[in-house]
Amino acid sequence: MVKELREKADVCVIGAGHAGCEAALACARLGFETIVFTVSVDSIALMPCNPNIGGTSKGHLVRELDALGGEMGKNIDKTFIQSKMLNLSKGPAVHSLRAQADKADYSREMRKVLENQDRLTIKQAEVCEILWEDINDWDNNIYESSQEENPQEKDCKKESEIGNGSHRGRKKKVTGVKTFTGRIYECRAVILCTGTYLGARCLCGESITYTGPNGLQAAAYLTDSLKKMGIELRRFKTGTPARMDGRSIDYSKMEEQRGDEKVVPFSFSTDPKTVQKEQVSCWLTYTNERTHDIIRNNLDRSPIYAGIIEGTGPRYCPSIEDKVVKFAEKERHQVFLEPEGLHTNEMYVGGMSSSLPEDVQLAMYRTVPGLENCRIVRNAYAIEYDCINARQLKRTLEFKDIEGLFSGGQFNGSSGYEEAACQGLVAGVNAAMLLMGKEPMIIDRSEGYIGVLIDDLVTKDNREPYRMMTSRAEYRLLLRQDNADLRLRKKGYEAGLVSSEEYQALAQKTSLIKGEVERLKNTMMGANREMQEFLEAHGSSSLKTAASLAELLCRPELSYEDLKEIDRERRPLPEAVLEQVEIEIKYEGYILRQKRQVEQYKKMEKKLIPENIDYDKVISLRLEARQNLKLFRPASIGQASRISGVSPADVSVLLVYLEHYGK
Amino acid sequence: MFEKDTIAAIATGLTDSGIGIIRISGPGAVEVGDGLFRLPGGRYFLKDAASHVMQYGFAVDKNRNMEIEEDSATNGYDIIDEVMAVVMRGPRSFTGEDTVEIQCHGGVYVMQRILETALKCGARLAEPGEFTKRAFLNGRMDLSQAEAVMDVIQSQNQYALSSSVNQLKGALSEKIKELRGEIIYEIAFIESALDDPEHISLEGYQEKLYGKVEQLLHHIGRLIDTAYDGKLAKEGINTVIVGKPNVGKSSLLNRLIGQERAIVTNVAGTTRDVLTESIRLGDIHLNIVDTAGIRSTEDYVEKIGVDKAKKYADEADLILYVVDASADLDENDREIADFIKNKKRIVLLNKSDLEVRVKEEEMISLFAGNEIQHTKNQEEIFQENHCKRDTIQKENFYIIRTSAKEGEGMDVIEQTVKSMFFHGEIKSSSEVFITNMRHKENLQEAYDSLLLVKKSIEDEMPEDFFSIDLMNAYGALGRIIGEEVEDDLVEEIFSKFCMGK
Repeated sequence: MVKELREKADVCVIGAGHAGCEAALACARLGFETIVFTVSVDSIALMPCNPNIGGTSKGHLVRELDALGGEMGKNIDKTFIQSKMLNLSKGPAVHSLRAQADKADYSREMRKVLENQDRLTIKQAEVCEILWEDINDWDNNIYESSQEENPQEKDCKKESEIGNGSHRGRKKKVTGVKTFTGRIYECRAVILCTGTYLGARCLCGESITYTGPNGLQAAAYLTDSLKKMGIELRRFKTGTPARMDGRSIDYSKMEEQRGDEKVVPFSFSTDPKTVQKEQVSCWLTYTNERTHDIIRNNLDRSPIYAGIIEGTGPRYCPSIEDKVVKFAEKERHQVFLEPEGLHTNEMYVGGMSSSLPEDVQLAMYRTVPGLENCRIVRNAYAIEYDCINARQLKRTLEFKDIEGLFSGGQFNGSSGYEEAACQGLVAGVNAAMLLMGKEPMIIDRSEGYIGVLIDDLVTKDNREPYRMMTSRAEYRLLLRQDNADLRLRKKGYEAGLVSSEEYQALAQKTSLIKGEVERLKNTMMGANREMQEFLEAHGSSSLKTAASLAELLCRPELSYEDLKEIDRERRPLPEAVLEQVEIEIKYEGYILRQKRQVEQYKKMEKKLIPENIDYDKVISLRLEARQNLKLFRPASIGQASRISGVSPADVSVLLVYLEHYGK
Repeated sequence: MFEKDTIAAIATGLTDSGIGIIRISGPGAVEVGDGLFRLPGGRYFLKDAASHVMQYGFAVDKNRNMEIEEDSATNGYDIIDEVMAVVMRGPRSFTGEDTVEIQCHGGVYVMQRILETALKCGARLAEPGEFTKRAFLNGRMDLSQAEAVMDVIQSQNQYALSSSVNQLKGALSEKIKELRGEIIYEIAFIESALDDPEHISLEGYQEKLYGKVEQLLHHIGRLIDTAYDGKLAKEGINTVIVGKPNVGKSSLLNRLIGQERAIVTNVAGTTRDVLTESIRLGDIHLNIVDTAGIRSTEDYVEKIGVDKAKKYADEADLILYVVDASADLDENDREIADFIKNKKRIVLLNKSDLEVRVKEEEMISLFAGNEIQHTKNQEEIFQENHCKRDTIQKENFYIIRTSAKEGEGMDVIEQTVKSMFFHGEIKSSSEVFITNMRHKENLQEAYDSLLLVKKSIEDEMPEDFFSIDLMNAYGALGRIIGEEVEDDLVEEIFSKFCMGK
């Protein structure tokens, strides 16, 4: 007779990708026994698509994650092989760091961190079922646990109830997970970070395989279990280009793309001196009309255009087929060849992801200058997977109806390593907060890109994998990558993920910035001859009356460095401090305008809606608004106002109701 | 919205009436009141006035460079009107806040000017239901009344939206959409370059954008100018003259202008291609859109004239349908009849000086079948108003025989319009002015934001700084046509409509 194996933990994290790693680390670091499940221990922190971390707005995410005490920034600092600050010619708000990673190294280093983390256990196993019990909203009366006797029967009943929309007031609570081998892990919180593995299938032309990325085992059973819990799933699609044998590429026909001479680390805790190292290059080439002809002539063999793929793909990261069809007027598209690591000659072909059949892929790649004789190591493919509409989640990334069940990453309908990692950390921290009975950690839209990311995911109706973009952040002038620590370190410290040394360092930085800004504002410079000569030399108009150093610094043509000449009391300050001082003074007007916008926003965000509000009692709400509010149960008036189908008048009605309710 | 600022609105209807009341409520109400009210001696008064006591004086405005009455004690100010003012200190007022009410002569123009002055003095235009809402929030009402407030908010908002959108169907809204389209294009371009710097370059873009912003400023500046001229602020009954070519629409208009007591404006309206005449018939203003004007510029295609007329007719409060009584009805008349069938209308059988070929009965049957049964006994109304027999009223429209050439029937038109107005069959849209106040505010905001963009370019700021203010301008223009939902929704909520209660 087989004995049932039971084990206890506080938190189970399903998946050890970028979301899973951050979630598991956060929980373990906050004192909870954590098990992280993966279908393959060798795939921890795998980068199955592009070999880089960061990029526009994603660089911001990594920095914010680091400020909160996440691992991604530190890990890429250890393993990057090229680094570049993008958008340097533009404003400070859109500067963005991007680094090429040595994929194998990245994965190995992250695994090391996980393996050395106290209270964290790595387990190679496929989780097939989430175990749960009913609880009652009103009196916390715990119904008899269902999973042991006959889960199927009772679950089915639940599902039909949910279908009727009669589940208000009834909640579930996770109690554990069950693996394929039947082993049960009891726990108080589960974090779903299944990435693209859930019900995954890969398409390469006519050939379809039922695997996760890179031929790894897909998670075939969990979807059913989630459906039985009343979670609504949908299908998204994404894709990746081919990898080439580097020896078959003729780089002389391409433009070299080098890294920055002076590398800026991602992590605020990394000493900049440690990241100044030799870097490898990427290479730029272009498609041409011949490439496009081959694609056009074979569109009928593309699973997307042939209608085989049902999932929704991202518009911002189109396959080369999509680019050729949708931007037919463009004569060429850029192609970036990026190394996958130092110890492999595989090259990633950025910009040419595809799901065309192998023969077409080869023919198409070979039309590109420098790739005439290329050999493909791994084919390009498209992947479809199960994920959720994240509107089922609270801003803490916990399911609204299932206590203790959290989710993060691509499972929530996002795309990208950085987006995933950020959600992983937020889900992990909030799972820990729940278990501690503490207030959740919520980052709002005015505090960070992470806030924008999560608010968009849980509020808006996203119909494609969600990618972060600078244009999504309405307060981006305040949400710069350079000040992520000033914005979020405190939150990370309060949560318990940032050490007191790291927090002390921030406090010191803050006071230095403040002191220097004040000094510049209070140091008056007379309109004497020396001054006028200085101004003339810098192509700046002369002074009529005395002016402060700060006023001079406001002039676009004068930098902090320039002012050195006339600023005699200046003392040496760390570069990171000077950067803040200069931005704060130079862009003061813009920053003030943005801060005013934030105040308006905060007003609405602060008006919270009680979780137990009965929208049927709010008379005068239009039916559509009532339905959407009941469905999504926003946490604040601000969030309610962003739900589609809720009009300004509905919001006002709600405000009047809440005012009365509050009395 | 729950911020305690000071709000003002016209509390009585915005039609010409005996007395008009402008209500100002909030912590700054007395200050605002003192900004516009003077005792006959020219002294400030309200600050020290006893609560709930009426005081005689003048509503004044210092910011207009009009003639100043030499011997006036309120030297340096224009007198808008003789008024009564009363301070009601909170909580003993309707809203529970300090409230000032100015009672003036009930002319639309006077009420608007006093309100405008109150806004200049620091009040904000009240939103629909806002006085009531404040009353509720200050505990001046019980729950059932509060529920009524929520109903009012919802229904008024819907009305306000539909009516303001309606007003804006014309060229103004199209112009704004066009401007917004141009702005969003630039924003999108900048954003895409920021998000994808490796694919999209911003080289040389600043100059291009500079030119674009100047253009935008020019267009928006012109819109603001028209708003200040009062050309946007058309109060009155929106009237459209329709009819086939050569039936006498222009002569009719000329006759009406010749006949009226005072022409208020005679300018090309917000719509470059339409001539708007504001005519006063007794106490009633008619804003007449002369579709004849359209016709003359577009002789070459009959169809376009009809389409344009249709569009204006859609937004009209009243339609004057001119028919050449000396020619047989044809397909065009049927088409016109069809698109105005649900409108308040007066049919003018013109050219009655010539041989009459179209009979009243034919007109009635032209509209028949499409008619909504009218229940009111119009005959009685006409008898009360001493209508002559040559006015035939059938169901919900009137038929009058006219000769624009000879000036016959003009007085009948006037009487008919008056009678329709006083019996509530047609109304002037009271929120036109209010909507326009908001338009003006938003246009100005867009303008200022674009100035900031211009300055950013001049200061050689990086491109991402442009999109902040471009976005602001985009948002402000969007509010005019109700196409942007802002974060601060409560402030925005009723922006298209205002009632004083």
